[in-house]
Amino acid sequence: MTAVAEKATSPRLLSAEMPSGRTTGWWGMVLFVTTEATIFAALLGSYFYIRFQSGPQWPPPPLEDPKLTKVIIMTALLLPSSVPVMWAERGIRKGQRWRLRAGLTITLVLGLAFLGMQAWEYSEDLKKHTLTTDAYSSLFYTTTSLHGFHVAVGLLMVGWLLAASLRGSFGYRRHERVRLTAIYWHFVDVVWVAIFLCLYLSPRL
Amino acid sequence: MSVDTEEQSRSASRDEALAELEKNWGERPSLRSWFSTVDHKRIGRRYMVTAGVFFILAGTDAMILRTQLARPNATVLSPEAYDQLFTMHGTAMIFLFSTPMFFGFGNFLVPLLIGARDMAFPRLNAFGYWVFVFSGTVMFTSQLVGRAPDGGWFGYVPLTDTPYSTGVNLDVYSLGLLFLGVSTTAGAINFIVTVVKMRAPGMSLNRLPLFVWAIVGTSFMVIFALPALNLANAMLFLDRRFGAHFFDPGHGGSTLLWQHLFWIFGHPDVYIIVMPALGIVSAVLPAFCRRGVVAYPLMVLAIVTISIISFGVWVHHMFATGLPQLSYSFFSAASTLITIPSGIQIFAWLFTMLRGRIVVRTPFLFIVGFIVTFVLGGFTGVMFAITAFDQQVTDSYFVVAHFHYVLFGGAVFPMLAGIYFWLPKFTGRMYAEKLSRWAFWLVFVGFNTTFMPMHVSGLLGMPRRIYTYPGGLGWDIWNLISTIGAYILAVGLLLVLIGVVHAVRRGAPAPDDPWQGDTLEWGTSSPPRPYNFAAVPQVHSLHPMWDERTTRALATDEPLPSHRAMTTSELDGRQEGAIEMPEESLLPLAAAVGILVVVLGLLWAWYWTGWYWLAGAGALLIFGALARWLWPPERTPEEAGVAP
Repeated sequence: MTAVAEKATSPRLLSAEMPSGRTTGWWGMVLFVTTEATIFAALLGSYFYIRFQSGPQWPPPPLEDPKLTKVIIMTALLLPSSVPVMWAERGIRKGQRWRLRAGLTITLVLGLAFLGMQAWEYSEDLKKHTLTTDAYSSLFYTTTSLHGFHVAVGLLMVGWLLAASLRGSFGYRRHERVRLTAIYWHFVDVVWVAIFLCLYLSPRL
Repeated sequence: MSVDTEEQSRSASRDEALAELEKNWGERPSLRSWFSTVDHKRIGRRYMVTAGVFFILAGTDAMILRTQLARPNATVLSPEAYDQLFTMHGTAMIFLFSTPMFFGFGNFLVPLLIGARDMAFPRLNAFGYWVFVFSGTVMFTSQLVGRAPDGGWFGYVPLTDTPYSTGVNLDVYSLGLLFLGVSTTAGAINFIVTVVKMRAPGMSLNRLPLFVWAIVGTSFMVIFALPALNLANAMLFLDRRFGAHFFDPGHGGSTLLWQHLFWIFGHPDVYIIVMPALGIVSAVLPAFCRRGVVAYPLMVLAIVTISIISFGVWVHHMFATGLPQLSYSFFSAASTLITIPSGIQIFAWLFTMLRGRIVVRTPFLFIVGFIVTFVLGGFTGVMFAITAFDQQVTDSYFVVAHFHYVLFGGAVFPMLAGIYFWLPKFTGRMYAEKLSRWAFWLVFVGFNTTFMPMHVSGLLGMPRRIYTYPGGLGWDIWNLISTIGAYILAVGLLLVLIGVVHAVRRGAPAPDDPWQGDTLEWGTSSPPRPYNFAAVPQVHSLHPMWDERTTRALATDEPLPSHRAMTTSELDGRQEGAIEMPEESLLPLAAAVGILVVVLGLLWAWYWTGWYWLAGAGALLIFGALARWLWPPERTPEEAGVAP
């Protein structure tokens, strides 16, 4: 037992090997995303807490159910944007830099389009109600803009990767950051599904 | 070649390797390296010193409060000043002292206990410290200018919301705690990843020291509990500053929403504070009972169970708010249930003492003091789980007595035990035994003299948080005793401080292993070299330093060269490889300063909205620092690996 352990920890053997298994970065990002997801869970929990204590009509009159057309387009933009990230990550694992660059660019465009649509949606919503109208509006704007902020942060990360990949930092040996950014982007995506279901669809139930 | 010369050449090559390690890991003492250090030992010591300073400040607040309450109708403090003092006392003790102090212990000790060379993310670690010290400074500075939070440490709305609190005071509270939350979250993630990935080879999870388990349990609670507090504080700030209506029943909001969010965080937070302390007890006892803590698997299960059940008891802080009866039953049951794992730990320690050969030194005395006071606090805690009793004594001094027994007894006594126990490792010096015994007895007697009478004054109906009281209600004598006790306690704590300062300046040099301890931190020098362990430790059992295979290998194994650390598999601690560790950097400080500027901008905008631009500038600074921090290095196609 001791002999085996000694042999396995000999520094000479260590120098050539790449670390195997899940990396510290992977665990760090997963935990970060977990605690972030808890914030959104608490926000949506607060939304339903306020809603169940409110009167029979939700959203409280004179507000109407949130309009769906633009939000469905936004969902159609954001949800598929996870696919090119995955495709890019698979590519760089094989050392194909062009796939990394192309995939990240597509995601960047889709994410920017989402934010543009959100700004457009806000410009119409704000005519009807603002953060200060009532508790429902406070929750609506806080939740959606917190998510929008997360999309923006995700886009900064994607843009950062893209810039670094154009300079040539990644390959099949070095691609951890691509994986970490992908985790964050998938998280932003999944949270949007939850927000879409809770804030936009559930009032119509 | 004779055996002798072979031995000599081996030791010469080892010396050479050590000198190289020293060069790779050492930080030359300079002003720059003071700001850029990423060494977990320096950061850990700083956490502890800073938290100690905040403890002195918040303790001074308490002494002024007790002076005011010594006699009826006293006029030491105005009601407004009293409000600020008790709020800052509570807020600082909970947020700026206990958790950061234990994070300091964890920072220094976790890598040593698991045989690692540093935390998994050394720069994030430095960042967390700077954020902590800035947020604490902001909050205490508000006290100097008379604008400290004044709504109680749990900041209940509607009192803390507009229009009932109009000053900047509660903005200091919400922004300060949000600011601090960044640090606590970063620290918790760092602890978990460090323990999951950086353990010495052979340290499978069933060989993980109990203190490390406790830090991991604590960190998981932080991950899931802190978001609720952060969200509540963000909502409060939006309500107060920008006219949102989360907590405003007049516009469809709910005041109870604050209480739910706060206590969903707040009750796990009790365990976030106490659990590392329980870990310290489990770490200190083996050295003074000359055996391991009994029932290790049950102890681990207790830690895990408490971490989970602690999320199901928050409503017992709200038994007097008129929630549905059914929910009372559920939370009453959960609150009773959580006493079982706590009881398991207490009995395990008692049996460890019973089955061991006790060596009475100061750390052991503090452990005994802990068991006595913590059990008394737990005893009144069980009483609160009964809804009917709770409704009688809620918001009285009985509650104040209870949670000081739990928090001072449960957290500060083990903390003091830990300070004396690890002082040789922290500083390389021994403390003076006689002085430390005086300190123990004064702290123990002073503590009980202060808080035992509060049970009585509480049962006699004295409400908490009143700035004074009329004479002749039967409370006078109990308050006077409490105040006298508080002064005795303060003298005891002063002796602790003197003891630490004396040890650092004049103490006898400490041997590497003064207590014949069982865990890996005693296998390195006192204080440890910057690289902690030259050779990667090999772990074969739960008590590596009582295991000859480990100690022999530590002395003779070939050092792991260059600025690298070992990673191992999550469950079994099988070796995976060595990773390059980050070098020292000023970027963590820059990012923390960025957040400080944002917080100050948002805070001062209460006076003049132009300060929002300052917050924007701070955001740019954060962005710049992070962008620089995360910019990947340029690599040649061969280095990165590019497909042909």
